[in-house]
Amino acid sequence: MTAPEESQPAAPRQARAGGGPAGTVLEVRDLHVRIASRQGTVRAVDGVSFDVSPGEALGLVGESGSGKSMTLRAVLGVLPPEARVTSGEILLDGVNLVAQTQNELNRIRGTKMSMIFQEPMSALNPVMRVGWQIAEGPQVNLGFSRAKAAERALELMRRVGIPDPERRFRAYPHEFSGGMRQRVMIAIALSCDPEVILCDEPTTALDVTIQDQILRLLARLCRESGVSLVFVTHDLPVVAQICQRVSVMYGGQLVESGAVSDVLLDPRHPYTLGLVRSAPDFDYVRESLIPIPGAPPSLITPPPGCRFHPRCEFAEEDCRVSETPLRLLPGGRATACLHYERVLDAVAADRAQS
Amino acid sequence: MTTADSAASQPAAAPLSARGVSVYFPVGSQVVARVQGEERRLRAVDGVDLEIGRGEALALVGESGSGKSTLALALCGLQPVNSGEIKLNGKAVGARRSQADRRRVQMVFQDPYSSLNPRLTVGGVLRELLRVHHVVPRGDVAAESKRLLTLVGLPEEAVGAYPRQFSGGQRQRIAIARALSLRPEVLIADEPVSALDVSVQATILNLLASLRAELGLSLLLISHNLAVVRHLCDRVAVMYLGRIVEVAPTEQLFSDPRHPYTRALLAAIPRLAVGAPDAGAPAISGDPPSPLRIPAGCRFRTRCPIAQQRCEEEDPELTGAAEAPGHLAACHFAFAPAGTGLARAWEQA
Repeated sequence: MTAPEESQPAAPRQARAGGGPAGTVLEVRDLHVRIASRQGTVRAVDGVSFDVSPGEALGLVGESGSGKSMTLRAVLGVLPPEARVTSGEILLDGVNLVAQTQNELNRIRGTKMSMIFQEPMSALNPVMRVGWQIAEGPQVNLGFSRAKAAERALELMRRVGIPDPERRFRAYPHEFSGGMRQRVMIAIALSCDPEVILCDEPTTALDVTIQDQILRLLARLCRESGVSLVFVTHDLPVVAQICQRVSVMYGGQLVESGAVSDVLLDPRHPYTLGLVRSAPDFDYVRESLIPIPGAPPSLITPPPGCRFHPRCEFAEEDCRVSETPLRLLPGGRATACLHYERVLDAVAADRAQS
Repeated sequence: MTTADSAASQPAAAPLSARGVSVYFPVGSQVVARVQGEERRLRAVDGVDLEIGRGEALALVGESGSGKSTLALALCGLQPVNSGEIKLNGKAVGARRSQADRRRVQMVFQDPYSSLNPRLTVGGVLRELLRVHHVVPRGDVAAESKRLLTLVGLPEEAVGAYPRQFSGGQRQRIAIARALSLRPEVLIADEPVSALDVSVQATILNLLASLRAELGLSLLLISHNLAVVRHLCDRVAVMYLGRIVEVAPTEQLFSDPRHPYTRALLAAIPRLAVGAPDAGAPAISGDPPSPLRIPAGCRFRTRCPIAQQRCEEEDPELTGAAEAPGHLAACHFAFAPAGTGLARAWEQA
């Protein structure tokens, strides 16, 4: 086990993890999302920063209520009516999306950014032929003629591996299997050559063999067309399959980020360690699983100091009081834990056991 | 893993066994079907042989639509079977089970939000069962309810609360307490953790493992998550289109899968330790065929990388080989001797 790394002087929360290529497509800076509710204001996203390079897949993981989906919705500008971005910037190619009007957003969403949802059946139009659903984007956003858009749809259907596209063009979503519907969703997302595709648990509703097909398809598209992915999921092995970098969210904040293999196999934050320990791993069968004690924090009155401290086995007095911004570590990693050296010992002990 | 004690103390008759069990659902007009002489029925479960030993944890895995849940309902007595026989402790049971037989097999469902009656308190749910089945004398019902809640790790005060006051993990504990209240011999858990968050899943899986050890329960775990299965179960049965295609002790199945479908399933699991998928083809292409049109011959042949002429003509039986006791597979080539042409087909695939 390596000795605890020298941590660099505390950087602000917008500390950037991972030294990807200089050009970034999407940059989120200190994003805050608040939701008004009868019980009070929910601080759903609280100072989240990340960036995505061209052709890169970034994973955003956490449990339900961690704010990962809210972050994604804020980026796309489709927050529920009671939620608002209260501060922060979302820069797509240097343009701040938060400051844009609806009209401008609509144009950007069509051509530069698209989304793949978890449940393809509810995201597709049930009474419109799938071919025309794929062709709609190019028609509306790129000004393609009907014939040219149809041709583009056929080409996309071929690219995402829908067999017999000429016949399937005229089919309705209900005639497709779950995996094929998700391929249609991917074709729609690709239809205007976006720079970023936001994926909200795109394989959670699928069987494992179909999930494998879709993940490989997404990885291939990333490689071939240089499109970037932001991949939201709670499934750590899926992140390991598709993403190069990962950011872990807890209670509306980022708690750790870095290269996927570093973060998942050698975590630097007790919450990440808890996630890894509590999920059964196919390659490593433990005597018994180690659940994370307690429950996720209330985001209306979050605990002071580190939001994870009430559930943390390594918590100290200072965790209860001081804010815990992401700190940069060597190797392009970052952690929000004040005492991450203790996690190292736990990881080492785990490894010795296996 | 606790594999050792289950096999040793196994008496002659298994607490639950099935032979040739089939469940069909009629689809569309049966009159037209008869006139036109076609088969309009969905063969959800199509001739399943399965045995759960005493104290054993058996996993049932497969894709959606493979018939796992229908089989579970049939074993539980909630779904009438079209043919075949289900035996409890070696005694065949009919379509209508006696009250005593109904108690023997209990079930925990996937979604703890819809499987609990929202109008009954937790205590109300348990009291009803304890009284109807005369599990304990009337005077002890309240005490027994509290004991059950303690058993599944809930506070005794939970008796007076309604399901909506609990989180998903706690509701699943209530569902487990409900199943255990009848002191069953076999507990069937149908995807018990897939509706729960990762950190909560671990608590429920640990609970199932400890209950099994404490109470000597037999457990049938239905899951699509092979990592969960590897953690909890002694033996695994793989189901495909209504039939069991392979069954073996857990570690043997995962280290030496013999059916091409099992191999594909294992290759498709996303793994923490393995990086991004290589550029290669997916483990298996295409979707499973509709159970309305099960292919003739071997039902897996349409997606099988090593399918031959013979697979179109002959439906393979679930058979084993002398060198691998307890390992059965329904593939013509599962136990083909090394060096034959078909063993080479494997290597290439």
